[in-house]
Amino acid sequence: MIERTPILNIVTHAILVFGLLLLLLPMYLVIVAASHSLQDVVAVPPNLLPGDQLWINLQAAWAKGHLGERFVTTFIVSMGVMTGKIVLSCITAFGIVFFDHRLKMPIFWLIFITLMLPLEVRIVPTYAVAANAFLPFQTLLDLSGITWLVNAVSGVEIKLEWNLLNSYAGLIMPLIATATGTFLYRQFFLTIPEELVEAAKMDGAGPMRFLWDVLIPLSRTNIAALATIMFVYAWNQYLWPLLVVTDQSYAMIAVELSRLVPKFTATGGEVPKWHIAMAGTLIVMLPPIVVVVAMQRWFVRGLINTDK
Amino acid sequence: MAHITIQNVRKSYAKTEVVHGVSLEVQSGEFVVILGPSGCGKSTLLRMIAGLESISSGDIAIAGKVVNDLEPHERGCAMVFQNYALYPHMTVADNIGYGLKVAGLPRAERTAKVAAVAASVGLTEFLDRRPGQLSGGQRQRVAMARAIVREPAVFLFDEPLSNLDAKLRVQMRHEIRRIHNQISATSVFVTHDQAEGMTLADRLVVMNKGVIEQVGTPEEIYHAPASVYVGGFIGSPAMNFMGGMVSPKQGCVALENGSRIEIPQALAAAHAGRLVQIGLRPEALSLVPAGTGAFDATFDFVEELGPTRLYHFRFEDLMIAVLSADKPPVQVGQPMGITIAPDAVHLFAADTGKRLETRAVAMEPEAALA
Repeated sequence: MIERTPILNIVTHAILVFGLLLLLLPMYLVIVAASHSLQDVVAVPPNLLPGDQLWINLQAAWAKGHLGERFVTTFIVSMGVMTGKIVLSCITAFGIVFFDHRLKMPIFWLIFITLMLPLEVRIVPTYAVAANAFLPFQTLLDLSGITWLVNAVSGVEIKLEWNLLNSYAGLIMPLIATATGTFLYRQFFLTIPEELVEAAKMDGAGPMRFLWDVLIPLSRTNIAALATIMFVYAWNQYLWPLLVVTDQSYAMIAVELSRLVPKFTATGGEVPKWHIAMAGTLIVMLPPIVVVVAMQRWFVRGLINTDK
Repeated sequence: MAHITIQNVRKSYAKTEVVHGVSLEVQSGEFVVILGPSGCGKSTLLRMIAGLESISSGDIAIAGKVVNDLEPHERGCAMVFQNYALYPHMTVADNIGYGLKVAGLPRAERTAKVAAVAASVGLTEFLDRRPGQLSGGQRQRVAMARAIVREPAVFLFDEPLSNLDAKLRVQMRHEIRRIHNQISATSVFVTHDQAEGMTLADRLVVMNKGVIEQVGTPEEIYHAPASVYVGGFIGSPAMNFMGGMVSPKQGCVALENGSRIEIPQALAAAHAGRLVQIGLRPEALSLVPAGTGAFDATFDFVEELGPTRLYHFRFEDLMIAVLSADKPPVQVGQPMGITIAPDAVHLFAADTGKRLETRAVAMEPEAALA
């Protein structure tokens, strides 16, 4: 029940405004820090009003971090992850919802519990696989004795190797599997009336045709919502790119950003250039903001599932 | 044009059998209505013909070819669903033409066919709209156009009118019959609404609990119901039933409540001593002054139906409904005599519920012509 009294209105609005300020304060501080010169940034007491150095700092950050190249790399990876996630989760959910087979529920729950195992938890085995994507198969062959058998018979040593380190494939593929996306698609597919499936059958549309002609057009808002979340998710990736890439030409932007942040060492090291780091942060934040703002209408509709 | 042969078809889900060996022959170009309460297996039967449900045992043949293992679109059937099942993201034209598109028909040919069919069901001006922008009746027309455009040999309707309001339902009923006559496909129509069944059908199939109770023309089914179930299900207001025993000597049935109902002498002689259910339709009864009818009953209340009235009487422990246009001066609690029209007594065996007499169906001349 929703009550409307003046006092309650004031209280709820106060809470809203407080939350908004809490969220905006760090953003504001970033902008302030990015708009001052080095001296002003480290001054005590700190400046709480924006300065006039913003443009200069942005340019410095852009040049120092090679952000132009990093933008391209990160964009390629983000688009790859986003597309991969959408395609994979769509097909997986399609298989789970529209086909009757005994493994339907076990598979769904297996996918679902991977929500509890994010990349950070399984990063060591994932790295091992990325170092040689055929490692699981090689292990199977070794354990089953096939390697030995083939070696004994033909003298050929089976050595499967596919190194994914320092490649787009290595950056993208481990990030593609998504329980969230599969779940989102599954929930949407479950709302498709059974009769629509049957009408398509009567019209002679096979499963793939049905997927392409009916399900995908109907799940446009879903795709938009998922694309938004996943693009931002991929854009902000830090840990995995840091591990899997040593070649600087594949470095992702979040990793590069961490290099802009000054490191304090016992011997003093360099002067902490917070203004440049904050300017870099502003630049790096821009694409996710643009995507979220542009997709916001679709995004909300897709998540609350009220297309129609 | 195709006849459908259904031979001893059964359907079970896991261990539960829902259709128990149904056999039915549908002639080419015939309009058959399968009528039954919900859960009687009528929709399941239809979906087995369409190929949307697998057949547990038995055979279904369309135009002489067993279709058990064919995909739905290979059977030459088109189906109209209860909830229309239109593709919400496609225009009306795309909805109608989707089957043709899947079949790989060139665009020009497709457009021409869609336009022709749309014109025949009055949808021409709506071709660019989405289903969401149409009314229920218009959506139903789109669903029908989608079925017609494929020029099916068999038309299947799964309660297509139950989502429409009463007035539209009657209108669409006429439309469906008109389209059937026009394209002369074999039609199988499933419904729980007996008015739809009676008005649309060339032949009616009454189903109950997974078996066919009776197959016949609407006249046959109304005038000679094969069982207590059919008698009670078909006809509105529903038939009155009284339990009793046929007594051969007086040509009457001795009721459980002690009263007697006279029946034709020949009928009584043929089934002397049997426990029976007597079925009397409210429209076969009429009201006379107390003491002058077949039996007397106490007036309880009346329902005004417009052209006629439905009188409810208490007859010992039974309720008897009588349909009558007169307005006799009776008051609640007063007795009235009730007469039974000759030839209007239906007798059913009390144990099996099956019809007993084998009297020829009394058909009115105009009904016989239909």
